[in-house]
Amino acid sequence: MPLTFAGALPERGFDVAFDLADGETVAVLGPNGAGKSTLLGLLAGLLAPSAGRATLGEDVLFDVGPGRRVLIEPRRRGVSLLAQEALLFPHLSVLENVAFGPRSRGLSRAEARATASAWLERVGTPELAGRSPGRLSGGQAQRVAIARALATDPALLLLDEPLAALDVTVAPAIRTLLREVLQGRSAVIVTHDALDAFLLADRVLILDGGRVVEAGRTMEVLTRPVTAFGARLAGLNLLLGRRTEMGFTGANGLVVPWEGPGRAGEEFALAIRPAAVSVARPGGPSTGTDHGAASGTSRVTAIVDDIEHRGEAIRVHAAGMAADLAPADAVAMGIVPGCAVEVSLRHQDAVVYALPAAPDAGRGTGRTGDGR
Amino acid sequence: MNTAALPRWVVAAAVVGAVFVVLPLAAMTLRIDWPRFIPLVTSEGARAALLLSLRTSVSATILCVLFGVPLALVLARTSFPGRRFVRSLVLLPLVLPPVVGGIALLYTFGRRGLIGSGLASLGIDVAFSTTAVVLAQAFVALPFLVLSLEGALRTVGTRYEAVGATLGAGRWTVLRRITLPLVLPALVSGAVLSFARALGEFGATLTFAGSLQGSTRTLPLEIYLQRETDPDAAVALSLVLVVVAVVVVGVAHRVRPLGSLDPRGTASPKAPAAAPGRVD
Amino acid sequence: MIIARLAPGVRSHGRDARRGRPGRTPGRQLCAVPAAVAFIVLLLTGCGGARDATGAGGSAAADGAEIDGSITVFAAASLTSTFTDLAGRFEDGHPGTEVRLTFAGSSDLVTQIIEGAPADVFASADTRTMQRVSDEGLLAGTAVDFATNTLQLAVPPDNPAGISSLADAARPGVKTVVCAEQVPCGAAAVAVADAEGVDLDPVSEESSVTDVLGKVTSGEADAGLVYGTDVRAAGGSVLGIDLAEAGAGATTYPITALAESPEAATAQAFVDFVTGPEGRAVLTAAGFGAP
Repeated sequence: MPLTFAGALPERGFDVAFDLADGETVAVLGPNGAGKSTLLGLLAGLLAPSAGRATLGEDVLFDVGPGRRVLIEPRRRGVSLLAQEALLFPHLSVLENVAFGPRSRGLSRAEARATASAWLERVGTPELAGRSPGRLSGGQAQRVAIARALATDPALLLLDEPLAALDVTVAPAIRTLLREVLQGRSAVIVTHDALDAFLLADRVLILDGGRVVEAGRTMEVLTRPVTAFGARLAGLNLLLGRRTEMGFTGANGLVVPWEGPGRAGEEFALAIRPAAVSVARPGGPSTGTDHGAASGTSRVTAIVDDIEHRGEAIRVHAAGMAADLAPADAVAMGIVPGCAVEVSLRHQDAVVYALPAAPDAGRGTGRTGDGR
Repeated sequence: MNTAALPRWVVAAAVVGAVFVVLPLAAMTLRIDWPRFIPLVTSEGARAALLLSLRTSVSATILCVLFGVPLALVLARTSFPGRRFVRSLVLLPLVLPPVVGGIALLYTFGRRGLIGSGLASLGIDVAFSTTAVVLAQAFVALPFLVLSLEGALRTVGTRYEAVGATLGAGRWTVLRRITLPLVLPALVSGAVLSFARALGEFGATLTFAGSLQGSTRTLPLEIYLQRETDPDAAVALSLVLVVVAVVVVGVAHRVRPLGSLDPRGTASPKAPAAAPGRVD
Repeated sequence: MIIARLAPGVRSHGRDARRGRPGRTPGRQLCAVPAAVAFIVLLLTGCGGARDATGAGGSAAADGAEIDGSITVFAAASLTSTFTDLAGRFEDGHPGTEVRLTFAGSSDLVTQIIEGAPADVFASADTRTMQRVSDEGLLAGTAVDFATNTLQLAVPPDNPAGISSLADAARPGVKTVVCAEQVPCGAAAVAVADAEGVDLDPVSEESSVTDVLGKVTSGEADAGLVYGTDVRAAGGSVLGIDLAEAGAGATTYPITALAESPEAATAQAFVDFVTGPEGRAVLTAAGFGAP
């Protein structure tokens, strides 16, 4: 069911609005303290907003403002919550845990059990029905928790970092299961993990300091991030700058010819993968992708700020960008923090785009602040 | 036994402390006139006292559960101005000399007391009745249940209750099917402790209820009285009380371990693992 | 008891005789064993050695010995106000003396004395408890009766049940409180009721006369059988009603110096003072009868 949400809770510095179409899943990302849990609490009815209105389909979840205060109880919202921890009721069997919701919503004992069995089947754990939650592994417990959350057939499913507490060996299977059960279901998933956003969500909402700083379709956010957080999530360098007569001029002085629309002086951004950025000692041989002196390449000289080891590459931070090189190349060039380097990129590897200046109706979300 | 982790003097002091508690009980046991033990503890007065004690303690425990559970729930799950103050007031009988409790009860439920005078005009007379014994016992035993349960409620937290609410359960269903079952072990051990406290109650009963065989003379009062003329009987009855207390404490301890619930509801909580691509 | 053991010699005679009591030996041996507990007890009592030092020459005291030093008097609870008064007067009359008083139920005191509590004088509220001390061979001489006490019916000042005799107190619906038969005041109550031919049906049988009086002063009970001295000491908070056969339940108070007293002369002087004219006058003023 379609969701509209606008809620403020000043004591937590929270003020967020967004919409979600029927059957869509939105991933809510952001640093710690960004307001992700507050958002879920307000949707679930565990927190009361100071002002705002939310509707799920035809039903009002809350409507608080001058002279009106409608707060629907959690149990009447048709919203299920799946947390990081399974939180299975330890005194009930697995089957009784899953049957709890249907039973609370008025089904007979037999009907509730039948529903619960069907859901246990669906999440692939029918054999656990008689077990006590204390005797489940973390992955099993989370499967049961998913079954329990869905057994009430919620109009909206809230997921609070559902994979964060799981072992890395278990998480992929649960993620796959979530991908299945979220098909065609309205859901809000709070996560720290970019992979969850890629695989589970149609949309991404990035919060910071209680505000929406970036929002849009997952694909859009992953290719054209507008905040540092979004760029990091997408694994991209985000170079902020302005449209100039020549094309794009970055804040670090990098000039890239570009012939797209836009007037000089407008805020623009450039995104590029760190692996596509190359580094060379001035006067020495360049490394990485050998851009040489070929046309279609832009370069800027800068001082190396930092170097870090990252998987199979060495990541060099310079000129406000990150470049990934092979460790052998970094050693061969003698790159250390503080040394001067020439940072270059090929124009074909970069994406240049205009930064949205105001709340973007096209993305269906409010955008306040630019996160810079 | 592994004592390596502790300084030796701590162990030594612990031994002295344990001896200090156990030795008087041992000394008392050694004084028992074993040939007369059975006749002494099965005398009419002793049996009447023991039965009365068991009966009143069970009643007092039921009262404690009926009123202590709501009290603990309100103290643990709500916030209102003066909650801490109310909490310390409710727990006061724990530290109050029982005789003070008896005097306070006297001025409340006594014939000329705050409520007692009203009750008396309705023909209800609490003084010198078994009801008075139960009231005195419930008064001193209630804090044990409230304290035990409130702690458990705070430990369990509200997360299971929140899950229950989002699954569509009403307040009563959440309380009945989630909250109370979760704290059941603490409720049982709290009730057992209350029972033990009620069983040992002396001062408030003596002050408030009087002492008459079969209606108000509980086992501790019988022991106190027997000491006047037949110390051997007093010692024998004391042993009966000690045995009951040991059994009760044993039951309470047996129940305890269940109280330590794993809030995740999983057998082996694993540390959150850093998944690839984590942003933070 | 432990204190006595830590101060050897002075007060050890007579103890062996008591140790021979059948059925009581095992506990005695055990008590002296754990030094740790002894240490705690010493901490709690603040170490009791000084007392024995002052009484070092006491066992040699005879007639004409100096009356000074400090004595401890164990007295029945009902003697609290009179003995406090008498102790002050005794100290005034014998400079250099100090009388330390301990009040409790007579049977409690007897138990403590038998267990070795350091008492020099014992004043009991009945002859039966004194006999127990005598049986243990702990008397310095023979006990002397020094006062009697008779029961009165105590009622609240407004006398809600309209009681004027013991028969009234036995009426159905009247809440009468007495002492349990096991304690002296309870035995006296039974004797008086029997003598008056009244069948008492008490609502409570308390283990001390103080508890009986408490039930009457608080208004819980309509009547209580207590000693005349208790009524007098309670002032206006209860009303005393004389009983026709009070004499049947009269109790006699004996007093004695104890054999193990290191201050025998002073202890005996105090006994003489209580049984003498000044003691008599104070006791009479408090409502005690002559023996």
